Parts: sequence; C-alpha cells; structure tokens
Amino acid sequence: MIAEAGLAALWLAAALALLQLFLAFGPAPVRAEGTAPVRAVAIAQGTLTLFAMAMLVALFLRTDLSVLLVAQNSHSAKPWLYKLAGAWGNHEGSMLLWVTVLGLSGAILAIFSRRLDTRTFRSAMGAQGALALGFFAFLLLASNPFARLNPPAAEGRGLNPLLQDPGLVFHPPTLYLGYVGLSVAFSLAVGALISGRVDSALAKAMRPWVLGAWVLLTIGIAAGSYWAYYELGWGGWWFWDPVENASLMPWLAATALLHSINVLAARDSLRAWTVMLAMVGFSMSMVGTFLVRSGILTSVHAFAVDPQRGTFILVLLSFYIGAAFALFAIRSGKLAEGPRFELVSREAALVGNNLLLTVILGIVFVGTLYPLFVEAVTGDKLSVGPPYFNTVAGPIALVLALLVAIGPLLSWRRDSGGKLKRLVIPALVGLTLVVVLLLAPPGGHLLSKLGLAIAAMLAIASFLPLAGRKFRRTPLSVWGMVVAHFGVAVALAGMAGSTLLSKEVLTAARPGDRVAIGPWLVEFHSIMPAAGPNWTALEAELRASRGGGVEILKPQVRFYTDPPTETSEAAIETVMSGQLYTVVGRATGDGRWQLRLWWKPLITLLWLGAALIALGGLLALVGRASRGWRKEHQR
Amino acid sequence: MSGWTRFLPIALLALIVGALVWRLANPPDTTVQSALIGKPVPEFEAPPALPGKPPLSSAELADGKPKLVNIFASWCLPCIAEAPLLAELSRQGVPIVGIAVRDRPEDLARFLQEHGDPFERIAADPQSKIQLAFGSAGVPETFVVDGRGIIRMQHVGAIEPDDLPRLARAVEAAR
Repeated sequence: MIAEAGLAALWLAAALALLQLFLAFGPAPVRAEGTAPVRAVAIAQGTLTLFAMAMLVALFLRTDLSVLLVAQNSHSAKPWLYKLAGAWGNHEGSMLLWVTVLGLSGAILAIFSRRLDTRTFRSAMGAQGALALGFFAFLLLASNPFARLNPPAAEGRGLNPLLQDPGLVFHPPTLYLGYVGLSVAFSLAVGALISGRVDSALAKAMRPWVLGAWVLLTIGIAAGSYWAYYELGWGGWWFWDPVENASLMPWLAATALLHSINVLAARDSLRAWTVMLAMVGFSMSMVGTFLVRSGILTSVHAFAVDPQRGTFILVLLSFYIGAAFALFAIRSGKLAEGPRFELVSREAALVGNNLLLTVILGIVFVGTLYPLFVEAVTGDKLSVGPPYFNTVAGPIALVLALLVAIGPLLSWRRDSGGKLKRLVIPALVGLTLVVVLLLAPPGGHLLSKLGLAIAAMLAIASFLPLAGRKFRRTPLSVWGMVVAHFGVAVALAGMAGSTLLSKEVLTAARPGDRVAIGPWLVEFHSIMPAAGPNWTALEAELRASRGGGVEILKPQVRFYTDPPTETSEAAIETVMSGQLYTVVGRATGDGRWQLRLWWKPLITLLWLGAALIALGGLLALVGRASRGWRKEHQR
Repeated sequence: MSGWTRFLPIALLALIVGALVWRLANPPDTTVQSALIGKPVPEFEAPPALPGKPPLSSAELADGKPKLVNIFASWCLPCIAEAPLLAELSRQGVPIVGIAVRDRPEDLARFLQEHGDPFERIAADPQSKIQLAFGSAGVPETFVVDGRGIIRMQHVGAIEPDDLPRLARAVEAAR
C-alpha cells in the first residue's frame, strides 16, 4: 500500500504541475487573475511530492522487498542509517529527491514571495510548474521508484559499499537542495523577462534563494570532496572528475550571480547580465544532473550507463534551457540599461569578479566537454586532467582572490580610492611572504607559493571593510561577507599549503617496522581481522608519534559480502597543523604489507575555510531575511 | 543588451546539445587496449620451477604454435578459482604454459596436485622479473601469444566462465 500511495501522490502532483502551468500561461478562461490560485496549487504540489518521498523512505526503512528499487539497492542486514540513505543512493530515488526539492522550492516561493510584481510572480510560478512537469514525466514514465517486484525478493542485493558511509546521508541531499534551489532563480528570471520588470525588487526576491542554494552547494561540494578524500584512499581532495566539475559549475555560476545580484539590488545595474546568470546557474545544475545520470562521461559517479534515460533528460534540458535562452534573445533587447558607473567603483569590481568567475566556469566547462567535442569532430580519444585545470584556472583564481581584497573597500558608483590605502599592510605581508617563499626552500610549485602569499594578504584584508564601523551596528550581511572572504583566504592557504608541503611514502612493511614521514614516526604495530555488521576487514594498527604522545590509527581493507566488494578505509589523524593520512593495502606475499602514508600540512585549513565560506553565506542570508521581515512588518 | 550577443547563449547551447546528442548516439568504447598487444614477448630464460617439469624460455613461445601464458602463484587465491577453467581450456586442446611468480617448489607441487596441472611448461620467476617484463602487475594474468611469439591478448585477473569463449577465439585467431 505504501508504494501505491507514493505513486498516486506523484501522479496527483504531476497533474497539479500541469494545472500550475495553465494557471500562469493558459488561455484566458483558465488563466487565473491574482495570485491566490497558483499559490494554493504550488503548495499542494510541494506537499504531495514530499509525501511521495516520505513513502519511499518508509519502504527503505522497512526493507520492503516487494518493491524493485528496495530489492536492488538495499539489504535487511544494513544499519538503519544506510537504509535511510539508500532511498536516494540510486537513480530512481535520487531523481525523486530532485523532484521533491523542486516541488518544495515552488511551495516555499508561493508562501513567502509577497512583494514581487504580480505578473513576474505568476510567470515564475508557471515556469516552475513547467520544470516540475517535465521531471515528473521523467520519473513516472522512465524511472518509477515505486515499481513492484512480483514475487518479492528473498533478500536485497545491498548497497554499493563505497556508498555505505555517513557521507551518503548528507552529500546528495545538500547538493540537490543547492542544485534545485537555483531553479527558483531560473524561474524568477524567466518571469521577469516575460513581465519586462528586471529591477531591484526582483533581485531582492531572488537573493535569499541564491544565497541559500549557494550555501548548500558549498557544503555539498566540500562534504563530497572530503568524502572522496577519505573513502577512495587516494589522498587527494579534488580530481577534476567530470562529475566533480558538474557540481562545481553551478557553484561558480551561483557565486557570480550572488555578487551581480547585489549590484542589481543596490544600484539597479547589470540587468541583462544578472538574468542571464540566473538562467545559467540552474542550466548548469541540469547539465550536471544529465552528466551524472546518463553516464556519458567516465567518472567515479557513473552508476549505470543508460542512454535512454540520458536522452530523456537531454530532451528536457534542451527544451528548458533553449526556451529560456530564446526568451532572453527576444526580450533582453527591451531591458533598459541601468545607471552607469566609473571604472573605479564597487560595481566595476563586481563586474571584474563576475568576468573572472565566468572565465573559470568556461575553462571548467570546456575542459569537461572537450574530449567529447574532439572525438565528435576528429575521432581522436583524449582526456583532460589536472594539469590543464590547475595551470589554466589557477592563475585566474589567484587574480580573483586579489580582487576580493580590493572590491569591498570601494564605494558604489565612483570611488577616489581613498580606502585602498588600508591595503598597504596586507600587501606588504603578502609581498614579504612571496619573497621569502621564492628565496627559501628550493623546488615547489610557483602557483602554490603565490597562493600562500595571496591567502595571507587576503586573510588580513578581508577584515578591512569592518574598519571604522561600529561593530554592533554593522549589518549581519556585511559580517557574512567578511567571514566568507576570510574563509576564501583560509581555504586558499589550505589548498596551496598542502600542495606545497605534502609528503608521501609508499612502502612495504612488516609488523614492527617504523616509517618516518614529515615530523611523524609511524610504527606498524600489528594487523588483525576485524568485523562490522555487514563486512569483515583486515585492520592495521599504526602508532604515530611526533615526539609527544602516541596516536593510534587503524586503516582497514574491508570486504563487503552484499554485494561482494573490497574497499579501503583510510585512517586519518587530524591535528591543528594538518592531517596524517594512512592507507593499508595488500599483502606482498612475503609477510609484508603495502602501506601508504601522507602527511598533509595545512590541509585542515581547507576544510575550515570551506566551513567559513558557508557560514558567511548563512550569516548574509539570515541578515537579509530578517531585514526583509522587519521591513514587511513595519508597514 | 542588444545586437547579436543576445543570441550567443542559445547558439552555444545548440552546439553543446549537438555534441551531447552525438555522444548518446555513439556510446564511448570503454575497453582499454593493452599496450603490449602486437609486441613480441620479452626475452627470458628461466630455470625449471619443479624437478621433472620442463622449463620455459621466450624461444619456446615462438615455436609456431599459439599458446596461453598464465602468470600465477600457489599463494594466490584467485588462481585457485581459475584452475578448473584452465583445465577446461587444456581439455579443449589449447596449449598452456605457466610462469610461477615468487613461489617455492614444494608449495607449487602441492598446488598443482590439489588444483590440477594444465601446464606444458612452467617458468620459475622468484623475483617477479619475467612478470614485470610482461607488463603484468598482479596474479593471475593470462596472455595469448601467437606462433611467432607476438602477444595477441592480455587478460588481467582471474579467468571467469564467461571469458572462456573469448580466450578460445583469441587462440584460434592467433593460429
């Protein structure tokens, strides 16, 4: 019954999405005047999809093996947390989660958006209905998560062991919330193009969505990066894998949008550009979903290659993006230019930020799809890897980091550059560090050295916008900006520092052997069998010390039974100054074991920096939202 | 915003969608071809792995008849799993020679006694030197070598029942 209830809710929600579309764009007798009907429909649609998702989760928690999806992806012996996460750790479930977030976004927009121009709002709700309708069709026609299995399976096939990790519980939902949160910005942009009212009110309506989606994308990407870092046992935290790039591209677009939207809100400038970015953000989300779900690019995320489903999503995304871009081509010519600004001004700095972010986005996009284009044209097969991305995008990212130090000190419209004098001290710190780093240790990557120096400069400079302000009267959104920009400096220091200073040792060792790495002396104490609820393992005991106390690390090679898979579980010791990362490998056949050790100084800063960036976004969101709330209730 | 730039996004989109459609219509070939295919086997001369068992050298791999070269070891569990399949291939008349990696004669003798001995010749490779020269990183691995000593196929990992027809075909083609 649970499965049937879920399926029925989905069909009803799809019907409501169609109704929502007609209420906004339909012929006169259907089209509703005012906004009340469309609001009610959107809220009902969101509630129904949430109900369907809850039904799927219930089926997984009960391990109902008469449901095909559960039988294929779950197992009665799994810990309950992974039964829960198993609901979205597969194609159908993850698409249902996608649609659920889409439906809920529409409902929340319907509840909270009160100050927007009626025509913009109605058209935006229509666009949101159209988006939902397409993905409902995909779910119901090509990926029904509630399909029954008759007769029921005796036991489930289990979940891919690489996915049996707390990472699965948080990573996909946060990323999806971020991906799909951008759909609202997309719909609002479409609505504004239809009504022709691209103004500060639109920017203010769009901003909380972009901020929220951006915070969640930041958390989702960082969590995914950390998950890959410890689960894959390769010691790296970013591989420029196509699917990583697919999540990075919406983030880059959202970061640019976040900044240009402030220009639109405060100064009414950059109208066409902001609308375009809002469309690009969600378009990138759809392209990302397509790349992951179609499996056309080789990647750690390619669960199953399914050209048919890929075709369905491709048709949907070409239709939506095509329609939006066509609308842009037709209507954006009518948008009046906003007020002008000088070359030295906050606006100009933000335009610089936008251009650089867009260039980085272009670099990532081209790098990700280039092999495909080359093969289509010449038939040659090639792959694009870290050397391209790092050398091409790296320097631009550093220039952007420099701009982050300068931009917030400039005032709107025109600036004499007076406040820029405050940058003298941070600039001196940065320059000194460059000289020291270039002179002192030989070798090392130039880009990383520059990165460290720029990070140091930015770390100080990011606090300068607070100078001369009364702390208690400083708006929360300014604090948010300061914290996020400081986070950029901290994360940059983590990236550059760990790249520059990492040590790696690959060795075969007998129990009793000692290995030195960086400041650590690691003793391979023993290797013993260990067991968990659905796995057995060989667990090494490593005793690491840096002169002081002894830290015990227990890396494992795990053998899962359902389905039979071998995974490596890294053991990581986190200290203030970095992380000691250990992996145990195979026996070499003569009583020795492969050990792989990394000492990654400063990498802790990368994770801390990502958290600060997200926190900054959150502060800005809370600040903007509470200010909007107060304004609303003062009237 | 005015002029042709307004149409740039949709033009780019058309280009990208075109490429994606092409990819969907022409799914990528994900099999990775071994770089050793078409190359002659490395020169080697090995001592006998067992008393009474003929040894193997690269000269015998170019004696005019195609062969399977199986790199294995008595201490390797997947090798036990593939032993019955090698026996089956041997029964079908495929000549099989072995390279025993980092093994001891007494262990090897017990392994062959327990799991069958499809090998015409076995080379002892106590230091993995021959294995590395073959470009093999682990055990078991199986190569199809034609009568002139040229590598025609490399199979990494244990042979599974589904692989048998492919291996037999490769040996037939190498004739």
